[in-house]
Amino acid sequence: MTNDILVFAEQRNDKLHPAALQIVTPAKELAARTGGKVVACLIGGALNAAVEAIDKTGVGAIVTVSAPALANYSALRYRTALAAVIGKVQPRVVLLPATFMGRDLGPRVAAKVGAALATDVVALSINAEGTLDITRPVYNGKASCHVGFPKDRPAVASVRPNTFPAATGGGGATREALAYTPAPGDDRIDVKEVAKAGGEVKDVTEADIIVSGGRALKSEENFKIVYELAKELDAAVGASRAACDAGYQPHSRQVGLTGKTVTPRLYIACGISGAIQHLAGMRGSKVIVAINSDKEAPIFKLADYGIVGDLFKVLPAMTAEVRRLKG
Amino acid sequence: MKVLVVVRQVPDSTTNIKIQAGGQDIERAGVKMVVNPFDEFAIEQAVQLKEKRKDVASVTALIVGPATAAEALRIALAVGADDGIHLQDEAFDRLDELQTAALIATVVRGGGYDLILIGKQEIDLDSGQLGPALAELLDIPHVGTTVKLEFAADGKSFVARRRIEGAEEVVQVSLPALVTADKGLCEMRYPSLPNLMKAKKKPVKVFKAADVAGFAAAVANLGGVKMHAFQPPPERPPGKMIPGEPEPAAKELARLLREEAKVI
Ligand SMILES: Cc1cc2nc3c(=O)[nH]c(=O)nc-3n(C[C@H](O)[C@H](O)[C@H](O)COP(=O)(O)OP(=O)(O)OC[C@H]3O[C@@H](n4cnc5c(N)ncnc54)[C@H](O)[C@@H]3O)c2cc1C
Ligand SMILES: Cc1cc2nc3c(=O)[nH]c(=O)nc-3n(C[C@H](O)[C@H](O)[C@H](O)COP(=O)(O)OP(=O)(O)OC[C@H]3O[C@@H](n4cnc5c(N)ncnc54)[C@H](O)[C@@H]3O)c2cc1C
Repeated sequence: MTNDILVFAEQRNDKLHPAALQIVTPAKELAARTGGKVVACLIGGALNAAVEAIDKTGVGAIVTVSAPALANYSALRYRTALAAVIGKVQPRVVLLPATFMGRDLGPRVAAKVGAALATDVVALSINAEGTLDITRPVYNGKASCHVGFPKDRPAVASVRPNTFPAATGGGGATREALAYTPAPGDDRIDVKEVAKAGGEVKDVTEADIIVSGGRALKSEENFKIVYELAKELDAAVGASRAACDAGYQPHSRQVGLTGKTVTPRLYIACGISGAIQHLAGMRGSKVIVAINSDKEAPIFKLADYGIVGDLFKVLPAMTAEVRRLKG
Repeated sequence: MKVLVVVRQVPDSTTNIKIQAGGQDIERAGVKMVVNPFDEFAIEQAVQLKEKRKDVASVTALIVGPATAAEALRIALAVGADDGIHLQDEAFDRLDELQTAALIATVVRGGGYDLILIGKQEIDLDSGQLGPALAELLDIPHVGTTVKLEFAADGKSFVARRRIEGAEEVVQVSLPALVTADKGLCEMRYPSLPNLMKAKKKPVKVFKAADVAGFAAAVANLGGVKMHAFQPPPERPPGKMIPGEPEPAAKELARLLREEAKVI
């Protein structure tokens, strides 16, 4: 093992996932402790803009694996490619973003190369022994724990999006291209299509701001007032399970324990009581706003700002005010 | 087609989590344990396949855990699994998730399973490593966070839709394969009391560490993370309640978000 920190810089269609820029930030801190360098790894079809973008974050080296067969994510092909890069770089630590791709790929690659793995981490450091120590939330955010790694094998960690700021400052990283050599059976997964879901409105996992509605919205039709505020804020629309189960919103918008986990800059919960399973999905948000007619609603315990009132009156007023402020 | 469902038992999501003095673990006593919700989707999918397709020979449910985990296995059997495998040994309690995958791989390798179903993650540790790692160790393809599964008529492949950020990937996969279930795949039916009684009579094989040939070697060369120093989540400072009529309150909220919190 070298002292290098390998970063899996996730991209789709030559566009980096925002979390790829973020995980370079802890990678640089770790490299400063180990005395190694940060190596970014990009896997995909044509890779140009994504490579230039990662070079602006101050990584020391960039390794690309580019091939037509890698144009879409496939757990098998990407595993083969990333394992080859790990074999070449021999990093002490590998960081991936804890996105759908990173969480899918991390365990496969860790099992393949005989590494140890922690998922969805929020803090990382190198201890006196030179191994990785991380902190991660457990029990739906009701506790957090430290995780230590064994000394004799690479440590792999997926890092929760929006935990670190995007890294900046740099350029001129050394560049190397590795060929993709398919492993037998890599073609057992065939990606047919990547179908956009949820129409034109952003997905909750992609947004800096989320406006979420609960059972209190009472109908799909009424969700219009949530969408109107979301549009003014360039936000995604989320929903509670009660709202999804009632058919007001598709399950792809559900936030919570059995929905998506989100960590936006701003989360506005409208007519959501704050059930423990909903909190599980959004308690990592930076600023939380609650609008609820019941002053005892548990969501207020978590909220940074709260309004006790009827969302059917508060939301349109808020939309108008945001429009005025931004106008 | 032989189907395997991997089931995990987790604290009920409404449990109050208390951390042991010293922070080495959470308090386990008195915690209500349930079937991991994402594994429920996997169980139901397996049972529906058996009901709908003539070529499904059997559905086996597998769990790793202490004697009390038999309760979760019994629910899977009551819902419709044919038989169970219970990997139960104190040595298994010390494994991390990758090592647990290696243990399961050692037991099921050569078992002739064509399809393995498992929830996308467990709701206690939330790590979601088991499915993809198990697929890797068995050298079979996997589809993660699956919301729809459609089998080809010949039962040799399927088309799955998997959830990703703002989109769904549509993939075709040949068997044998592993699928991790996300919300939307299906909801588990309620295990009726008569079926829970009947489930007691279904065969369950118990494996101890000594029964798993190659166990020590299988877990020696991967994983091995150690969890310690459990802490309550960081406290959030008390929030600001904005009084008044809806309209002025909404205006004040927008102002605070812009000028104080600087988030819009
Ligand atoms: C295993 C499991 C997993 C789960 N997973 C999830 C999950 O992923 N996500 C999730 O959200 N839930 C999940 N739940 C469900 C969760 O327990 C709650 O039932 C759900 O979150 C409630 O949704 P809600 O807040 O919209 O509805 P309610 O709890 O009914 O709350 C509605 C709120 O709206 C307020 N209200 C009513 N009218 C108005 C008005 N005019 N103006 C303003 N406020 C108003 C009420 O005061 C109330 O607080 C899960 C449950 C279980 C058991
Ligand atoms: C902050 C907080 C902490 C909590 N802590 C605990 C705890 O420690 N222990 C504990 O046991 N519980 C706790 N709860 C309660 C728990 O979160 C859920 O209320 C409980 O799990 C119910 O989930 P469910 O899936 O059955 O309900 P849901 O998914 O909300 O509902 C199930 C079905 O009933 C319908 N339904 C439910 N409520 C209504 C309604 N008001 N009007 C119309 N239809 C309705 C839904 O549409 C759905 O079809 C807590 C709740 C909160 C808010």
